[in-house]
Amino acid sequence: MTTTTARQDAQPRRTIGDELTVFIVMAILLVIVPLTSIYPYFVMQALCFALFACAFNLFLGYSGLLSFGHAMFLGTAGYVCGHAAKVWGFSPELAILAGTAASAVLGLLSGIVAIRRQGIYFAMITLGLAQLMYFFYLQAKFTHGEDGIQGIPQGMLFGFLDLSKPMTLYYVVVAVFLLAFLLIWRIINSPFGEVLKSIRENEQRAISLGYKVDRYKLMAFVLSATLSGLAGAVKVIVAQNASLTDVHWSMSGEVVLMVLLGGLGTIYGPVVGAFLVIAMQQYLAGAGQWVVVIQGVIFVVCVMTFRRGIVGEVAHLFKRSL
Amino acid sequence: MLGINTQALFGQLLLGLINGSFYALLSLGLAVIFGMLNIINFAHGALFMMGAFCAYFLLTWFDLNYWWALVLAPLIIGAFGIVIQHTLLRRIAGLDHLYSLLLTFGLALIIQGVFLNYYGSSGLPYAIPTALQGGTNLGFMFLPNYRAWVVVVSLVVCLATWFLIERTRFGSYLRAATENPQLVSAFGINVPLMITLTYGLGVGLAALAGVLAAPINQVRPLMGADFIIVVFAVVVIGGMGSILGSIVTGFALGIIEGLTKYFYPEASNTVVFLLMVLVLLVKPTGLTGKAA
Repeated sequence: MTTTTARQDAQPRRTIGDELTVFIVMAILLVIVPLTSIYPYFVMQALCFALFACAFNLFLGYSGLLSFGHAMFLGTAGYVCGHAAKVWGFSPELAILAGTAASAVLGLLSGIVAIRRQGIYFAMITLGLAQLMYFFYLQAKFTHGEDGIQGIPQGMLFGFLDLSKPMTLYYVVVAVFLLAFLLIWRIINSPFGEVLKSIRENEQRAISLGYKVDRYKLMAFVLSATLSGLAGAVKVIVAQNASLTDVHWSMSGEVVLMVLLGGLGTIYGPVVGAFLVIAMQQYLAGAGQWVVVIQGVIFVVCVMTFRRGIVGEVAHLFKRSL
Repeated sequence: MLGINTQALFGQLLLGLINGSFYALLSLGLAVIFGMLNIINFAHGALFMMGAFCAYFLLTWFDLNYWWALVLAPLIIGAFGIVIQHTLLRRIAGLDHLYSLLLTFGLALIIQGVFLNYYGSSGLPYAIPTALQGGTNLGFMFLPNYRAWVVVVSLVVCLATWFLIERTRFGSYLRAATENPQLVSAFGINVPLMITLTYGLGVGLAALAGVLAAPINQVRPLMGADFIIVVFAVVVIGGMGSILGSIVTGFALGIIEGLTKYFYPEASNTVVFLLMVLVLLVKPTGLTGKAA
């Protein structure tokens, strides 16, 4: 099968300086949001999805495999975190940790199954696994089915940060996002990240060089699942409820949309894509199912006309990596 | 009567067989399309739904009954599929397979979203045609005639498709073009036309399944959305390498699902996915498939 790897033409020389500058600008913007008229709750939600999208992109953008079941990691961490905080009385940091760990374990188990097939099959398998988890959560007692877990306490982070205060919560979410973003950036720029990219570009060559390709892919999948879990757990603390929406296949599709729109395999693309998609949902909340139609149209337009995504096109225009 | 176990068991088996008929028709269509275009048609579930809606429109707007729909809906929706292939899919052929997956996923969202806007998520009734109403008492169970009809029709259509692809001249061209499109077009065969027709054929099969499903499942915008995910699992289990393989796997998994509904209903939604995991652990290439 001779297919061109879609992202290879969008990979100019790496300029760490540019990426750092953008990071600092992003951090400053996030810090000053509360001074503007932008609703902090919207930004917090968007940041959770941005982290989710970055985690997803870590796998798709750098391993070339499309997972269509990432909602299971977002949702699993959310349910476990919510249950731990509400029923077991865990402190928020422990609840988030428990949720993230649950997604890591699920990532390992599902990765072992899914990595066995490639290409199109990989997408179908992850979709099937996510549907399996969806039905599990639909029937399990602790998730309260259609109602979801509601009224999740936010509690005191590390015993002294009161998360029920909106400002404290906001800056904690910003801190988690920025740290996780730096971690992802570090992973992408590590020797491990380079190996991943080489597997994406030419798997046979990577194998012949002696890399245990499947282990690298599995590792990347588990990392992606773990960080998606972190996003899901934080999201639940912010929204104070965990529901079936987060494990539904349409959520798996939404994260693909964010990454595709923002720019596949770019560092800042998922962030831009997540903010745009969440903003669109916010402003078109009254439009009912037309939101879904618009999402579908964005998919089609992105695939047909700008496969690099917004950030990818900008980066290509200025011949930079972003 | 209804409390007797064999009644319930055979009832669930029949339901399983019906679902198996749809799995077989849909996974067959997916396999045919995959073989020729090397894409997974995510819009298959939405096109299945369009088939059912097409039957409904033919009846309510043009007063054309079920028998007309059985012929016309696959043709109309198949033509719609050909338009999609010609305007969109054709242009991204040769790109990484993930783009065709995302494109067809987007199309599924558009189609389902539009129907949801106009018809809501509740179902529209579609009556069983008079000739197929009622049922036959087989002694051990009551067999509704329409359900027997669905199983027979999908079996016949599946076998006809198998015959078309494996035993006719057109099928041999098709299989040759799957193996080596350049060589086949060098022999003067219009390969792009064959690709378009193949997509139309796969979509037509989905639409036919939709018409068959309309009197059973009601006509709903989301009738294909969850269904197609199960069909993907069926495809993973069976592998897309063999036409006969996807037919047999489709029916077999429907029956297994039906049995699960009887013996352990809690797992009836998940049994196909659990089997998928099991097959992947034991034989990663799928039961009949070759490596992707």
